[in-house]
Amino acid sequence: MAHDAALPHDDHAHADPKGFIHRWVMSTNHKDIGTMYLVFSLTMFFIGGLFAMGIRAELFKPGMQLMQPYFFNELTTMHALVMIFGAIMPGFVGLANWMIPMQIGAPDMALPRMNNLSFWILPFAFVLLLSTFFLPGGAPAAGWTMYPPLVLQGGDDVAFMVFSIHLMGISSIMGAINIIATILNMRAPGMDLLKMPLFCWSWLITAFLLLAVMPVLAGAVTMLLTDKFFGTSFFNAGGGGDPVLYQHVFWFFGHPEVYIMILPAFGLISEIIPTFARKPIFGYKAMVYAIACIAFLSFIVWSHHMFTVGLPIGSELFFMYATMLIAVPTGVKVFNWVTTMWRGSMTFETPMLWAIAFVILFTIGGFSGVMMALVPADFQYNQTYFIVAHFHYVLVTGAAFAIIAAVYYWLPKWSGHMYSEFWGKVHFWNSAIWVNVLFFPQHFLGLAGMPRRIPDYNVAFADFNMVSSIGGFLFGATQLVFVGVIIHCVFFSKVRAPAKVWEGAHGLEWTLSSPPPHHSFVTPPVIDNSVLAHGDVMH
Amino acid sequence: MSQSGTYYIPHGSRWPIVAAIGLFLFMVGFGNWLNGNDSLGQTVMGLGALTIIGMMVGWFGSVIHESMRGNFNGQVDVSFRMGMMWFIFSEVMFFGAFFGALFYTRMISIPTLGGEGAGALTNQFLWNGFAPAWPSNGPEHIGGAFSTMPPWGIPLLNTLLLLSSSVTITIAHHALRAGHRGRLLVFLGLTVLLGATFLRFQVHEYIEAYTHLNLTLHTGIYGSTFFMLTGFHGLHVTLGTIMLIVIWLRCVRGHFNRDNHFAFEAVAWYWHFVDVVWLCLFLFVYVL
Repeated sequence: MAHDAALPHDDHAHADPKGFIHRWVMSTNHKDIGTMYLVFSLTMFFIGGLFAMGIRAELFKPGMQLMQPYFFNELTTMHALVMIFGAIMPGFVGLANWMIPMQIGAPDMALPRMNNLSFWILPFAFVLLLSTFFLPGGAPAAGWTMYPPLVLQGGDDVAFMVFSIHLMGISSIMGAINIIATILNMRAPGMDLLKMPLFCWSWLITAFLLLAVMPVLAGAVTMLLTDKFFGTSFFNAGGGGDPVLYQHVFWFFGHPEVYIMILPAFGLISEIIPTFARKPIFGYKAMVYAIACIAFLSFIVWSHHMFTVGLPIGSELFFMYATMLIAVPTGVKVFNWVTTMWRGSMTFETPMLWAIAFVILFTIGGFSGVMMALVPADFQYNQTYFIVAHFHYVLVTGAAFAIIAAVYYWLPKWSGHMYSEFWGKVHFWNSAIWVNVLFFPQHFLGLAGMPRRIPDYNVAFADFNMVSSIGGFLFGATQLVFVGVIIHCVFFSKVRAPAKVWEGAHGLEWTLSSPPPHHSFVTPPVIDNSVLAHGDVMH
Repeated sequence: MSQSGTYYIPHGSRWPIVAAIGLFLFMVGFGNWLNGNDSLGQTVMGLGALTIIGMMVGWFGSVIHESMRGNFNGQVDVSFRMGMMWFIFSEVMFFGAFFGALFYTRMISIPTLGGEGAGALTNQFLWNGFAPAWPSNGPEHIGGAFSTMPPWGIPLLNTLLLLSSSVTITIAHHALRAGHRGRLLVFLGLTVLLGATFLRFQVHEYIEAYTHLNLTLHTGIYGSTFFMLTGFHGLHVTLGTIMLIVIWLRCVRGHFNRDNHFAFEAVAWYWHFVDVVWLCLFLFVYVL
């Protein structure tokens, strides 16, 4: 740290920091930190994916083939924890890090050192979590929801699981604070809130959700810890507590968490579709209000995860109607994406293909969500493969597809090179086909009554499970193409990307060179309508 | 918005990675300790705690250093304010989880175990004879017979102590803004003393609860909620008192002036937050 810090502004604008440690470990640069987040996310995507391959291999045919039932439970639990906290959330934070400062005309995030800490906690948290595989008693196996009393019957893993959740929570809270401070405090003059790109809006609202619910999760797992090790009775009916209390506290976190994983995806899709439809987003303000509505509603629907625990009928009705209400703002969003494309001069580059697939397939996940919101119907769907199909449509073809779309959309901007459009499309079409082969039959399995989180099943379910497993293996293998495309683009591609990579792109990030300078905007850019992506502007 | 037309970006720092390693060591050690590897666990946990303390001294030290050199412009100040404000909000939500547990057990789980509403059969077949009441350590009377801490003794005194400390820190703040250094130091010092006295009384209360009232962490749901809520609050008061001491030392050294004293305000916000949590505790845990 031999820089001259006496300057009243930027300490190290003069040059890129030298050396690996200085550049990556001690980073205060939003792009480098964003890159680390994205690489971490991709790594976790493959680790979690490996667990999924194990699950699908065991389910390939009825009977016990490859593993003990307890290990199967470890795989389902860790698959979820790794994908949710390791792949999806850090993926969105990585995109936020890269893009928010560039989209609002800022030099960096508001609190760059805390930003670095937010990232560096994560590898340690996941070392802690993944190390439980090697402990006596193995990894957590009670499901990612960690319901007591089952989870408390685990072995040495419980303490480490709880502490790794604490670490992830600390990381998320600091990340959320940073995003709020950046968006509210670092916008260039003239970048009014209602002129901000929708990706920034979606993250601003998501950050408030994170701040409101990650501490609640920390409280819930702390109660698990004290119940197991310090003799408290929070979830012990004998002492006056209640296991259902855990479910309430957990899902008060858990439902907003679902939107934490989808609202940024909404933002990303709202960036990509206008670019390739060559039309401004339809109903910009409605999109903002819809996100805000969904965020508000996410706090009053948590009990729809618990319809069968024995809630009073009044609660069931309230949570049913509140849940169905979410379909209204979500419908507004889907309508507006479709209307943005309506009579647009569309082209179908790889990011657009992913975005269109998102709109269609996420909507399928949304429909099955409305089905399960109905209390009487939910009693049938509860704990079957139907719910597994539902949330994988929302999280894989929703959240993950949006992240992949965004990576294709901005990779030329980040790297300065074009990716291979051919291999991008190979990646897309294989993913889009196999993901449906993977998850669509699970709807039928669930409706036929196949329970989730079970390593063996009735032979009646054999055919669809085999189809689903084949889809799973091919979908998993297809993701290797993604790695190839990224490595080729970053290190080997000869095609230089222009500043404005896409013909129809609007927004401040396209005014910067590709790759952008070390600090995005050293002085505040001049904002006029020609550079704004969204809001009250004409293109 | 940028006032000056230029931005401030801090240079790289070794402290974030030190913080991450410190947290990791602390968690690994604590986990091992809980799993029965006492000596290894305690050693690693201690190492982690030392790393975290060292990191805080180093990180805050470098930020203070940069602040004293005038590196921070108005925009950085606003970012810091937002950071502290939303950090406190997240703390509120953390306490919310435990208050929620308290309300849930009092309003729902104890009455259900006692046979109200849908709990009639539960009561009949599982916990026959259990009459719902508060305080309760459940139908199994986990932890044995206990009595509760009377609210109008030490808890009331502690309420008065914390409320007065909120007054004294406000007087100190006004003194700082008016440039009365002597008054600032006296009233800030008084705030520290009030906080420390609060903690002393709480320690006394805990000893009393464990030795005379048979009220422990193990006392069913009452003991769980009582000690987790007051315990986490006590931890926050401890942290707040340490922060106040640091701020007092910085006032002695003349780090603050009437326009530029965000650190003081941040600690004051935190202290008021701790105060408000206590008022809720006093009402919902002790009185009602």
